Amino acid sequence: MADPILEVRDIRVEYPTPDGPARAVDRVSLAVHPGEFLGIVGESGCGKSTLLFAITQLLIPPARLAGGAILFKGQNLVQLSEGALRAVRWRDYSVVMQSAMNALNPVKTVAAQYADAMRGHGHADRVAIRARSREVLSLVGIDPVHLDSFPHQLSGGMRQRVMIAMALLLSPELIVMDEPTSALDVVAQRSLMAQIKTLQRSLGFAVIFVTHDMSLVGHFSDRLAVMYAGIIVEIGPTRRIFDSPGHPYTQGLLESFPSVYGPKIPLKGIPGSPPNMVMLPTGCRFHPRCAKVMERCSIDPPGLYEAEETSVRCFLHEAAVVGRA
Amino acid sequence: MRLPLSAVREGEDAESRNQGGALLEAVSLTRHFRIGGLFGRMLHAVDDVDLTLNAREIVALVGESGSGKSTVARLFAMVFRPTAGDIRFRGRSLSKIRSRRDILAYRGQVPMVFQDPFSSLNPVHTIGYALDRGLKLHRPSLSRGEREAEAVRVLDSVELSPGRRMLGRYPHELSGGQRQRVGFARALSCHPRVVLADEPVSMLDVSIRIGLLNLMAQLCEMEGLSFLYITHDIASARYVAHRVVVMYAGQVVERGPTEEVLHRPVHPYTRLLLSAVPDPRAELNITSTDLGEPPRVVEPGEGCRFRWRCPLAVSICAQLTPKLRPASPGHDGACHVTVGQTRPAA
Amino acid sequence: MNVAPSSAPEMRADGARFRLRFPGLGNLGRAILSNRKAMAGAIMLAIFIIMALVPGLIAPGTPGAELYPPGQGASFDHLLGTTSYGQDIFTQFIWGARASLVIAVVAGLLSTILSALIGVAAGYLPGMPDGILSLITDVFLVIPAFPLVVVIAAYSKSGGNLTIIAVLVVTGWAYGARQLRAQVLSLRNRDFLVAARLRGERTLRIIVSEILPNMTSLLVANFLGASVYAILTAAGLQFIGLGNVNTDSWGTMLYWAQNNEALQAGLPLWAIAPGFGIALLGGAFALLNYAFDEISNPALRPVRGRGGRSDP
Repeated sequence: MADPILEVRDIRVEYPTPDGPARAVDRVSLAVHPGEFLGIVGESGCGKSTLLFAITQLLIPPARLAGGAILFKGQNLVQLSEGALRAVRWRDYSVVMQSAMNALNPVKTVAAQYADAMRGHGHADRVAIRARSREVLSLVGIDPVHLDSFPHQLSGGMRQRVMIAMALLLSPELIVMDEPTSALDVVAQRSLMAQIKTLQRSLGFAVIFVTHDMSLVGHFSDRLAVMYAGIIVEIGPTRRIFDSPGHPYTQGLLESFPSVYGPKIPLKGIPGSPPNMVMLPTGCRFHPRCAKVMERCSIDPPGLYEAEETSVRCFLHEAAVVGRA
Repeated sequence: MRLPLSAVREGEDAESRNQGGALLEAVSLTRHFRIGGLFGRMLHAVDDVDLTLNAREIVALVGESGSGKSTVARLFAMVFRPTAGDIRFRGRSLSKIRSRRDILAYRGQVPMVFQDPFSSLNPVHTIGYALDRGLKLHRPSLSRGEREAEAVRVLDSVELSPGRRMLGRYPHELSGGQRQRVGFARALSCHPRVVLADEPVSMLDVSIRIGLLNLMAQLCEMEGLSFLYITHDIASARYVAHRVVVMYAGQVVERGPTEEVLHRPVHPYTRLLLSAVPDPRAELNITSTDLGEPPRVVEPGEGCRFRWRCPLAVSICAQLTPKLRPASPGHDGACHVTVGQTRPAA
Repeated sequence: MNVAPSSAPEMRADGARFRLRFPGLGNLGRAILSNRKAMAGAIMLAIFIIMALVPGLIAPGTPGAELYPPGQGASFDHLLGTTSYGQDIFTQFIWGARASLVIAVVAGLLSTILSALIGVAAGYLPGMPDGILSLITDVFLVIPAFPLVVVIAAYSKSGGNLTIIAVLVVTGWAYGARQLRAQVLSLRNRDFLVAARLRGERTLRIIVSEILPNMTSLLVANFLGASVYAILTAAGLQFIGLGNVNTDSWGTMLYWAQNNEALQAGLPLWAIAPGFGIALLGGAFALLNYAFDEISNPALRPVRGRGGRSDP
């Protein structure tokens, strides 16, 4: 496997609260290889969006990066100046946000916004900019006549595609997406996901896709990382995780999706709710809600144990490692 | 997880226990909104909808944005009056309910649970206050102590135990799932027949949804409550509902028993919806190139409103609006091609 | 009494829960203590309140008494000197606080109440009532305040402070009404209001017990803003001689100082002292206004080091 284009090492993000600092992201490490589709899954409060903001250097104070490195093609983004960062942004990696209406300027046409982005990176030729704009719109399946439309004239699904097209303008090697489909209806969601996957295969960029809906990303991602309370609890090939989830949290998550075609069985979900980030449980963060909790779990925090190709942060898998050694 | 025995409902009579008559019924229900000022165009939010809800059942009203499902719920809740058509509760038309007292009584019997856990509770009031107000208005015969006891009882029945401790809490101290349970408790406190649940779990985390869906199923089984469960998620509809009604662009396009509709869908839109549901256990199967564009509900005119996206559309679809016809007993569909006289010999 | 901030979102970036402060009386105290701007404003205001409550303790004597040698500069006996009429400037300054503070608070309060009544009604009642009330509000907004104030005050020579308060309220309520209406509009479609309506609550009850408590921070901000407006405009009116020139207030001090050409006569403190008082009192309200914003909206808080609180 080629060298990863993005390597996140030991990232920590904190923000102050009246009860002390809370660590939204606590020593997270992961790697993304060229052309790979990595899904990051978790529920509210797990830190996945914060992780995304940290990776793209878009954290808003009072949240701050308290440690770790973000290596993009070898360069540590944390140490770059704002100017150097601006050069890298959009050209090497771009971001697609959750809501197009928040990201797009309502008083500018699509063409104007695309031109802004391209001019910001040194492209001055109007004809070339226009041509590229038409090209990316066609890539996402939108009639280029909409270049002169304003965002509010387009439907929700179209706006999201416009955003994705914008992310493709400078042919970046990595696109980071924060739940870009969550505001859409089911059919539109499905269609957009398929489009993203097709584009990814044909253009070859890597994707980090953050979502709370595991079923959405299950068919499209190569690898999956499951987050809970600021840490990664399981990471590995998607199909593996779906077929035999290692962490009890992942198992619980998978069992929370009522099936449409399969047998109709009563489901349990996961009892309880995510922990308060300022007063985390001792030992394993998931143990108060875990169906397979052992005594050890409330005392020591488990490490990340590798079993087959998946890493699981659970004592249940420690034996596999020990056995192999 | 046992539920306490429900108290005797006030003013219950023999007629109300009649399983034969429908509990809540919509007949040719229509609601239009004028958009764009005094001379603007008409938005057909709901057009000619027939819906029945019987005692002790959960009916899922499934549709995407623009389908009109939330408007139907609000019509049932008397948030606004229908433009045309009628709604009957236990046989009595809502148009006859005019006085403040009658409206209040109806709303106690047919309460609504809202979608957004963050805005459905007033942040400045305690949970106890929210419940107390409802009880005071709908069951004025209760004393203060009795109201408090009742509040604790309903909180316990939605598994927010100990209910007594919940009374003094503020919404911001509760998680999304707990807030939704408070919403249910609020609805239950007036001993309703029917609960209108408007997407009660869509804004909750996936692992929390199941708990609330189980609660709904339980309340139906054990307390005999009926639910109108409005949702865009057909998988959760399957999980809790006895019957499913599918809406598109303000009209009912298909309805019937859940398993029947889901496994033998007749309307092309239902089939599209089913194909779009991400099921982690199933294999990927994208046959459709549908982009999910929103339906046209502004002055749509005659003809099937799905025809622009329909792979089966023929000329009659543009001329005549399809009516609901039986595809099999209890299962109706509104499609000229699959359930019409033009149905090809099978 | 529990007072809640008007904005309730407590889910951070991806939902990490954040315990929101709900200032009750005790919490409000703690909130002020932990915010520097609030502390400064509160201290300044406290000093002025003391000056207004017990002026006799700080500066015994009658402010208007023309007992002393006129035109004296600052000295040990007369901390700020004496006026051309032989009055002690320091005594006048201390006693003058009361009138300014009373005008500020009363005008501010009445103005806010009027803003609230009209603004909230306009926001909550749909259609025609909103149209009419908004029209009235807009008319009052557009009228240039100061000339109107001067004209009205000039026509009502008698009455003094009361007239001034009335004039201030009439010209000052419109801005707040606009703001409050906007906030009510944004609250209007929140589910809890629909729920209240479905529950069977009457409209007035909904406005008073469901909507208003959610607007306290805006109402307080309105009050503070209206008070600043009142202080400055009242001083201006008194300075040009409207209102009763025989009362003890900073504005009238300025009037007399101007009439006697205090600066040219070498008595600058006669003018500077009241000017300073007006500025500081206005500043105190303004600081509290900023602080209240920060307290109720965590996004505006300045970023400090670890935790950023006085408590460990």
